[in-house]
Amino acid sequence: MSQPQDKSRRNFVGTAAVAGAGLGTLALAPGLHLIQVSEANTPSQGASGKVRWGMLIDTTKCASGCDACVKACNTENGINETLKDARQGSQWIRKIDLKNPKTGQEHSLPMLCQHCAHPPCVDVCPTGASMKRADGIVLVDRHTCIGCRYCMLACPYKARSLVHLPLTNQNPEVPRGQGCVESCTFCVQRVDKGLKPACVESCPEGAMLFGDLNDPASEIAQRIANEKTTQVRGDLKLNLGVRYQGI
Amino acid sequence: MQTALTNRLEGPSFYALAGIGALISLLGLGAALYMETSGHHVTGMNNQVFWGLPHVFAIFLIVAASGVLNVASIGTVFGKKAYKSRGPLSGLLAITMLAAGLFVIMLDLGRADRLVIAMTHVNWTSVFGWNMVLYPVFFGLVGLYVWMLMDRKMYAYSKPVGVAAFIWRLVMTTGTGSIFGFVVARQAYHSAVIAPMFIIMSFAWGLAAFLLFQSAMYKWHGAELHESIRKRLNGLLGVFIAAVFYFVLVYHLTNIYYAKQTDFEQFILLSGGIFPQLFWGGFVVLGTIVPLLLLFVPSMQRSAGAGTAAALLTIVGGLCFLYVFIIGGQAYPLDMFPGMEVKSTFFDGHIDNYVPSMPEILLSVGGFGVAFLLTLIAVRVLPFMPQDDIAKLQASGALHD
Repeated sequence: MSQPQDKSRRNFVGTAAVAGAGLGTLALAPGLHLIQVSEANTPSQGASGKVRWGMLIDTTKCASGCDACVKACNTENGINETLKDARQGSQWIRKIDLKNPKTGQEHSLPMLCQHCAHPPCVDVCPTGASMKRADGIVLVDRHTCIGCRYCMLACPYKARSLVHLPLTNQNPEVPRGQGCVESCTFCVQRVDKGLKPACVESCPEGAMLFGDLNDPASEIAQRIANEKTTQVRGDLKLNLGVRYQGI
Repeated sequence: MQTALTNRLEGPSFYALAGIGALISLLGLGAALYMETSGHHVTGMNNQVFWGLPHVFAIFLIVAASGVLNVASIGTVFGKKAYKSRGPLSGLLAITMLAAGLFVIMLDLGRADRLVIAMTHVNWTSVFGWNMVLYPVFFGLVGLYVWMLMDRKMYAYSKPVGVAAFIWRLVMTTGTGSIFGFVVARQAYHSAVIAPMFIIMSFAWGLAAFLLFQSAMYKWHGAELHESIRKRLNGLLGVFIAAVFYFVLVYHLTNIYYAKQTDFEQFILLSGGIFPQLFWGGFVVLGTIVPLLLLFVPSMQRSAGAGTAAALLTIVGGLCFLYVFIIGGQAYPLDMFPGMEVKSTFFDGHIDNYVPSMPEILLSVGGFGVAFLLTLIAVRVLPFMPQDDIAKLQASGALHD
């Protein structure tokens, strides 16, 4: 290389170094703020490993066109935002209508997070925000979810939604957050007070039964032991907390 | 004899190119800021197709970043002399393309501001979690490798560092493939062939990116690549393109073999609208057949621009493949109730018609802008231009081995 070129390169490096230092200084401020946010996270306490909460849904009682469980869920959990594109809205529970094209037989059922014993969403979450409580309830920690949506790719039930827009009028007991992924919590805020999930309480046909799968004396455990029940995509052997009858 | 080259990449021409790169990067950054503040409802993504165009571009850049390092590895690890002068540029592109890929994927997060959390809360069962180690170590190793290659005093250490970087890049791309390979829920993924398929794709896409940037650098320096080196690099690209096609064939044939996956294969290869169009037209014809013709038909391969055109088409084909693989894999509905007709308010049983929005397009292309800008600045600052001592190479028989 010739002499003038070397000088030109040195000048360029000098200018670039000054510019880089300036940008670096700016970047420090948000970094410090982020560290404070991450340290503000505290672990949840109180769930018992002796309990495993589960749900049994009798699809023979579930009426097509009835969405009482969906409305109750939305009210309880403050899911009230409206989006132009319905595909972008959060649905923690939804009604699915099934039809067997060969026999014409039809079913209607609520689909929600299945609270797997081996949840793929928990396996794939890079930050551990997707977690399973000791009592089997699968939750998302709003403070550590980075919104990568890997859990949505991994969930076999399309049970998770990304919050696509800023939220207002939230239920203080059910914090939600723009850019975070969320799903059914079994109304953990109610369960921890000894209440049933809102969807179960709202079902006019009593098609949804909630209880402790680990307690052999509980109604849900006895019915699962004595009646035919189905796990959706049982081939994946995820040991679901939600079981269905009639499909 | 090695002749001194004149770098034309100075003054106004450098600043003009850097300005273009900076503008594309800033548009991407602005688009990401808009998405971050407004929420992802301003994108074409939704709760069925939640990984959109930015993931296509980001994963392309991340996979190609690993593969572009091959050029250096062939020189240092496998001792092919014609590749040795290309090592520093190869390492540089590996760093800048990975940085660009991470720029896109991080800014597409729902909470891009939580990058520190991603680095401080790691779940080791997650392939994304592994990336918190895979990427920084890759940056470190390749940075060290480039230093060893460029500093004569350190050159003796370049082989062990090169071997480590080579192994690490294989591990890293195995991880990228496993992001999909471990997903049991979906018909498009959950296949052991995906990780090796991504590795061979990284070979082809990385070499294509290298050839494109190298040809630009030769133009800037008013130099011409020696024919025997050009033929060698073009031949290697052809082999990689053919190998990618083989792996894609195996991936689809495996899926077709499983009866429960045939509906999905029918969709992705024949009836799925944009997806079969991009697969056959973009990946197979433009990204595989045409480049192979350009590289191996004697009348075409003699043209100096054939390799560059083939490299460009390989990149186009790669982006088409990833669009079909990532978007098509989500657009096809989850098969929760086999044999049943399914409908719901959440679009169960429906094929999603994702259309990328302008912010997504700007962020995605912004990634290419970042890679270009970083590389451009680096080649302006340090001598990355590959210079061949042809007489020496010929005398040692390196151009014939």
